[in-house]
Amino acid sequence: MFDQLSDRLQSTLSDVRKRGKLTEADVDKAMREIRLALLEADVNFKVVKAFTARVKERCLGADVMGSLNPGQQVVKIVNEELTELMGGAGRDLVFSNKGITVILMAGLQGSGKTTATAKLAMLLKKEGKSVALAACDVYRPAAIKQLETVGKRAGAVVYQQGTDADPVEIAAWALEKAKEEGREVLIVDTAGRLHIDSDLMDELARIRKRVKPHNVLLVVDAMTGQDAVGVAESFSEAAEFDGVIISKLDGDARGGAALSVKAVTGKPIIFASTGEKLEDFEHFHPDRMSSRILGMGDVLSLIEKAEEQVSEEEAEELQKKMSEGQFTLEDFLKQMRQIRKMGPIGNLLGMMPGMGAMKKLKDVDVDDGELDRVEAIILSMTPHERAMPQIIKGSRRRRIAEGSGTKIQQVNNLVKQFDQMKKLMKHMANGQMPDQNQMAKMMGQAQRPKIRRR
Amino acid sequence: MATTWNDILDLGDRVVPDTAPPLASEEETPKKMGAFRRLRESLSKSRRALTEEIGSSLFDRIDDETWERLEEALILADAGATTTAQVVEKLEHEVDSGAVPPDGAAIRERLIGLLTEIASTNRAPINLAQNPAVVLMTGVNGTGKTTSIGKIAWHLKNEFGLSVLLGAADTYRAAAAEQLSTWAERAGADLVRSNEGADPGSVAYDALSAAQARGSDVVIIDTAGRLHTQSNLMDELGKVKRVIDKQIPGAPHETLISIDATTGQNGLRQAKAFAEATDVSGVVLTKLDGTAKGGITLAIATELGIPVKLIGTGEALEDLRPFDPEDFARALLGEE
Ligand SMILES: Nc1nc2c(ncn2[C@@H]2O[C@H](COP(=O)(O)OP(=O)(O)OP(=O)(O)O)[C@@H](O)[C@H]2O)c(=O)[nH]1
Ligand SMILES: Nc1nc2c(ncn2[C@@H]2O[C@H](COP(=O)(O)OP(=O)(O)OP(=O)(O)O)[C@@H](O)[C@H]2O)c(=O)[nH]1
Ligand SMILES: [Mg+2]
Ligand SMILES: [Mg+2]
Repeated sequence: MFDQLSDRLQSTLSDVRKRGKLTEADVDKAMREIRLALLEADVNFKVVKAFTARVKERCLGADVMGSLNPGQQVVKIVNEELTELMGGAGRDLVFSNKGITVILMAGLQGSGKTTATAKLAMLLKKEGKSVALAACDVYRPAAIKQLETVGKRAGAVVYQQGTDADPVEIAAWALEKAKEEGREVLIVDTAGRLHIDSDLMDELARIRKRVKPHNVLLVVDAMTGQDAVGVAESFSEAAEFDGVIISKLDGDARGGAALSVKAVTGKPIIFASTGEKLEDFEHFHPDRMSSRILGMGDVLSLIEKAEEQVSEEEAEELQKKMSEGQFTLEDFLKQMRQIRKMGPIGNLLGMMPGMGAMKKLKDVDVDDGELDRVEAIILSMTPHERAMPQIIKGSRRRRIAEGSGTKIQQVNNLVKQFDQMKKLMKHMANGQMPDQNQMAKMMGQAQRPKIRRR
Repeated sequence: MATTWNDILDLGDRVVPDTAPPLASEEETPKKMGAFRRLRESLSKSRRALTEEIGSSLFDRIDDETWERLEEALILADAGATTTAQVVEKLEHEVDSGAVPPDGAAIRERLIGLLTEIASTNRAPINLAQNPAVVLMTGVNGTGKTTSIGKIAWHLKNEFGLSVLLGAADTYRAAAAEQLSTWAERAGADLVRSNEGADPGSVAYDALSAAQARGSDVVIIDTAGRLHTQSNLMDELGKVKRVIDKQIPGAPHETLISIDATTGQNGLRQAKAFAEATDVSGVVLTKLDGTAKGGITLAIATELGIPVKLIGTGEALEDLRPFDPEDFARALLGEE
């Protein structure tokens, strides 16, 4: 409802409701919007074609008399199909039931392999495993030093033989060493390589043959465009990878590449890398990715985090306030602080379903610095002003700006945005948009039963 | 005539010594396949059908499918739906109005012309006229900033005999300074670095001071990769820029953003955010030696007016070239 796509779908299909059924012409119009949205999200052209063909079939004659309007109906179908295509249930790594487990990392240059190697090591360390890393990138300047540095941070031992040895031999040697030392997991970091570089692709295939990894992981940058399909196909052929790590998901890329890779290779996306710090790494939730691709935010992840922070009572209280339009800046401040407790706002932001709406509210494009400002502004208001921001005019505005070290314009914007937000919340909290009172959840309301987690 | 290094560098009244080795050209380095040739070849392998169609039969009969196929080609090159629609619409209009004859070859050439025009938006040489000339390199993580700096330094030194100093203002990523240090060695450039975690602004400051003291011709400042959505880090970049400007008014004279050719539609947002933070003057389009064609730079040119200045075509020192709009346009369509 907030994102462009459903807005556009809604206006495209606005007159359908009267007629009650989606005709072929309606569906074609809707498919055009979906096609554009998916291309905008970098889903591969061919994948888009196949996908819209399937969605079209399901949409034809779909019942639009129910509680959803036709636009929402189509979004729902698209969302379901996307989730299905993204791979249903999440998958995990395979562990050897006797002896060492070997994981081989592969991918294009700069995709995030070395970082992901250390992140994975740290994750496994936390599960109590003893982890070793093999430095098989002998090409990129200082690649070994980089791995040693991040490996140390992760608490993993790094095996390296400098840059003169052959990567295949290093991998084999490291495996022996890891076994001798009784390590439980060996992660092999490799150099970035182009999928059309036959020498290096061959090297990768040879490493794979030599160390017989239990898991070969392809690291794919979330910002990748149409090329992702060709890359994934080539790596699938040479390295027969088992799963994918999608990296740099902390940005604002829609990540259509993830869908493309899954669609053409059938290989699941296992992990999401979401920042430069080693802890920014998590299991991938396919069902959450589809709404991101559609620009609808990662509702479920956010709800999960919100749940940890907000009690049921608080949530209900808040819901009530929202629906009655009684939500004040004081409440806002409280909620904001709670959200900030969940982690760096940059990471949460991508998950926020309201992002579409926020954008529309003239970029409350929140980051930590911005939030610091917002906090400062609210803190410089009197309780009365926080409860009734509409009284903030002239001299009050100046005083608040001065008190918070901001500009009058910024105070103005905040008050304006808050007002718009309040209206939106009221709208949403009153359940006018089925399963989409996400903004309320974003503001801290606990999960409601009708949204089901996997 | 393809764009040469001389075309894209403004060296001011610097005297380039005669002893500078001759410009490397594609003909003189036969062992290295031309970037675009390689691109074309891989294309002809993987997308032969499409290439052939665009190359010839596609325009034999002009109908809806012709335009659809054209759209497909541009979309697959990451040009994005908006740019694609604009270009194809314009071409179709010109054909309908009779401005372009409904003849396959003519339409094809006109299309190349349209794409070349877009790719030529705000073309300008890299400004190295000042003494020292200061170049700031920016971009999101892993796109090729550090590598491109190494290559630029090598070209300036090797082909123009300029003395170059590199400033390692990426104090964040593990082993970033070591990486740049290796490139400095390879390129024969000086290096100023600090400890991991040091303030990037102060490294930039030190680099400029050293360059002034030594009389270096060019200073290139490497910065840490950052996502354009991390506004604290974008602010930090703005700060680095201000430090530079304070020390040498008017500097940096060139602020480059590296865009990975495999980047999809997000590339436009990247360029936009970096332009807002630092006034980007040009794009280095990296990794064009793969199969991706970097079509997003068309949108960057149209919407932001930022031209591509250099292209990266591999991981070695010499794998960097001046950007040529027409070559780029042809490669985009998989043409000779
Ligand atoms: N924001 C963000 N940055 C990341 C993420 N993963 C990696 N990076 C950054 O991306 C850049 C490249 O990461 P590396 O791990 O060096 O990539 P690589 O694939 O090993 O690179 P090569 O070995 O050169 O092919 C570095 O600046 C990392 O800090 C992520 O999930 N989010
Ligand atoms: N094939 C190819 N690889 C490139 C090119 N430019 C850079 N690379 C590779 O891409 C990877 C990342 O390059 P870097 O120069 O470290 O990128 P960066 O932007 O400095 O990365 P961060 O500092 O981590 O953000 C390295 O493996 C480079 O060798 C290019 O033009 N072609
Ligand atoms: Mg690496
Ligand atoms: Mg770098």
